[in-house]
Amino acid sequence: MAESPQRGMTMTIMNMVQAINLALMEEMERDASVVLLGEDVGIDGGVFRVTEGLQSKFGPERVIDTPLAESAIVGVAIGMAMNGLRPVAEIQFMGFSYLTLNQIICHASRMRNRTRGRLTVPMVVRMPYGAGVKALEHHSESTEALYAQIPGLKVVVPATPSEAKGLLISSIRDPDPIIFLEPTRNYRLIKEEVKEGEYTIPIGKARIVQEGSDITVIGWGAMMPLIQDAVKKARSDKISIEVIDLRTLSPMDSAAIVGSVKKTGRAVIVHEAPKTAGLGAEIVARINEKALLSLEAPVERVTAPDITVPLPMGESFYYPSVDKILAGIRRVTAF
Amino acid sequence: MLTDEYDPLRGRMLQILDKDGNVDNILEPDIPDGLLIRAYKTMVLARTADEKAVKLQRQGKLGAYPPSKGQEASQLGPALAMADKDWLVWAFRELAALLWRGVPIWRAYLYWMGNEEGSNYPENVRVTPSAVPVSSQIPHAVGLSYASKLRKEASATVVYFGDGGTSEGDFNEGLNFAGVFKTPTVFVCQNNQYAISLPRSRQTAARTIAQKALAFGFPGIQVDGNDILAMYAAGKEALERARRGDGPTLIESYTYRLGDHTTSDDATRYRLDQEVKEWTERDPIKRFKIYLEKKGLWTDGAEKETLAWAQATVEEEVKKAQSFPSPAIDEVFEHTYAEMPPELREQIEALRQWPNPHREG
Repeated sequence: MAESPQRGMTMTIMNMVQAINLALMEEMERDASVVLLGEDVGIDGGVFRVTEGLQSKFGPERVIDTPLAESAIVGVAIGMAMNGLRPVAEIQFMGFSYLTLNQIICHASRMRNRTRGRLTVPMVVRMPYGAGVKALEHHSESTEALYAQIPGLKVVVPATPSEAKGLLISSIRDPDPIIFLEPTRNYRLIKEEVKEGEYTIPIGKARIVQEGSDITVIGWGAMMPLIQDAVKKARSDKISIEVIDLRTLSPMDSAAIVGSVKKTGRAVIVHEAPKTAGLGAEIVARINEKALLSLEAPVERVTAPDITVPLPMGESFYYPSVDKILAGIRRVTAF
Repeated sequence: MLTDEYDPLRGRMLQILDKDGNVDNILEPDIPDGLLIRAYKTMVLARTADEKAVKLQRQGKLGAYPPSKGQEASQLGPALAMADKDWLVWAFRELAALLWRGVPIWRAYLYWMGNEEGSNYPENVRVTPSAVPVSSQIPHAVGLSYASKLRKEASATVVYFGDGGTSEGDFNEGLNFAGVFKTPTVFVCQNNQYAISLPRSRQTAARTIAQKALAFGFPGIQVDGNDILAMYAAGKEALERARRGDGPTLIESYTYRLGDHTTSDDATRYRLDQEVKEWTERDPIKRFKIYLEKKGLWTDGAEKETLAWAQATVEEEVKKAQSFPSPAIDEVFEHTYAEMPPELREQIEALRQWPNPHREG
């Protein structure tokens, strides 16, 4: 599709839902092989309205309201991807994605390897994830570590609207299967300027949100606004904080993490997944392998405890808060 | 429509060629002589290659292997009716169909010998790799055929699975999806009576597997799976329905695996010799040969020649598979992603200092 001259110049204030919608619309306009499929993605526009208006624009053959069958949604998307389409599948909530693990682990992630590159699965599986929105049971999961351990798969988590747009465009164009985790809590929390027209953000590269020299705080997705609030609160402490938004969990940008920790000598990792075998452990291991001698203090993890996500009334025991993150930053700085 | 005549709820199974090679002249499909002969030779080749694979496994030259013996007509019938652009999606016991669709025997062997190159079929061969997690391939077939339809390609997809596979979620999700979107998909259930040890009667209380199609809103038909003509006719009709845009079909191929589930299995633990003997008499190759002889298309000389050709071909293919090098370290790593991420580059470099035992000695 030819771009109008204004494209790429116009900035609009929007939230993440609108930014993702825009990314999907522009990619569908640009490339007829891009199709969407999932539960309620059509006339309903998705339960979060992420796909609003797309079915009326592109028709029910390209914006496909599927039967309620998660394994088939991903399995069918795999078949489509092997036969020339670029499917973007939506799983309504991360808590329902476990039904798709067989398809993702046994097929999507390894089709390239097991056919030695003959068949590939350029597919995106989008799903909202995370707690902090007082949702129903099974609607608050953050099990990204499950996906990050699967070779052949990429796991992308945007934190802001403009990040979401650029990362989703890159994901749709990526030759490998991608799990695209959308932080439910950030869907409408943040509004910012988002460029119209295509732009991409490289997958596998972290974002340095702010530079600092005393301590590195690493997070992603829904944790980023909390981290930034904690950093603001820490201003009176006169510590220089470097903030990293990992934004691709696999393959992870070790260089950004290691480079930063070598500079600061201190690190706090924040995630809302349970502590044990969470990605924080992987990050600590990478720091140990490459920056151990630069460390001035043990690396701290501010995470959820190893319990099932409580229902909303008990959620505060579970969720990392601004104060918990701030306390972590202070402990590591004072060590 | 055969699917009307043989409505599974009425309990009729399509058979054109009986076990003694007698043909039903009304139902006999019009297949060119050349195609019949090629089909027969492929069945013989598949049987020979299959028996050789079992032998190689017993000699420790090939890993665990699922024998196809007895299911050659079941596999080949629908494949004969396929066009070049159609996709074949298989489970793991469809050697005859693979050979017909252009998968080299040596690649098939190489896969069971333990090399991913065995699934790297020639570029123009539209065949997916095996799918060992039962029925997980069924949604792929629906996606492949949905894509064909959306892109307005006149191509259909044929997917094979077993009777045990019909209990899986992916069977039900996949067929349901296909029915809703009327995808050009042909579902072939090779009901070989057992899922490892479990008999078909314990898999479902439904009287036939074919009738399950009706619940998904499209036709199903039960076919004598050891009858090449019936399997061809049912496959052809289903493919024509798919290409017309009239949606999917479920073909239940009523057949039997004469061998074990895999070379690691011992079928005598759960099957009676008498049953195996009865099914041996219904051998799909035997009855096809009688049919060809009656048509004047086959002679003892041709049979002898074909058996020798099949043996020689298989020996050549074994040599090709055995001479194929085991993978180098780069091959094991480089297809994980389109582009190798930095962490993997570090891991491959760290591994280079270790010897590759398969490449030494």
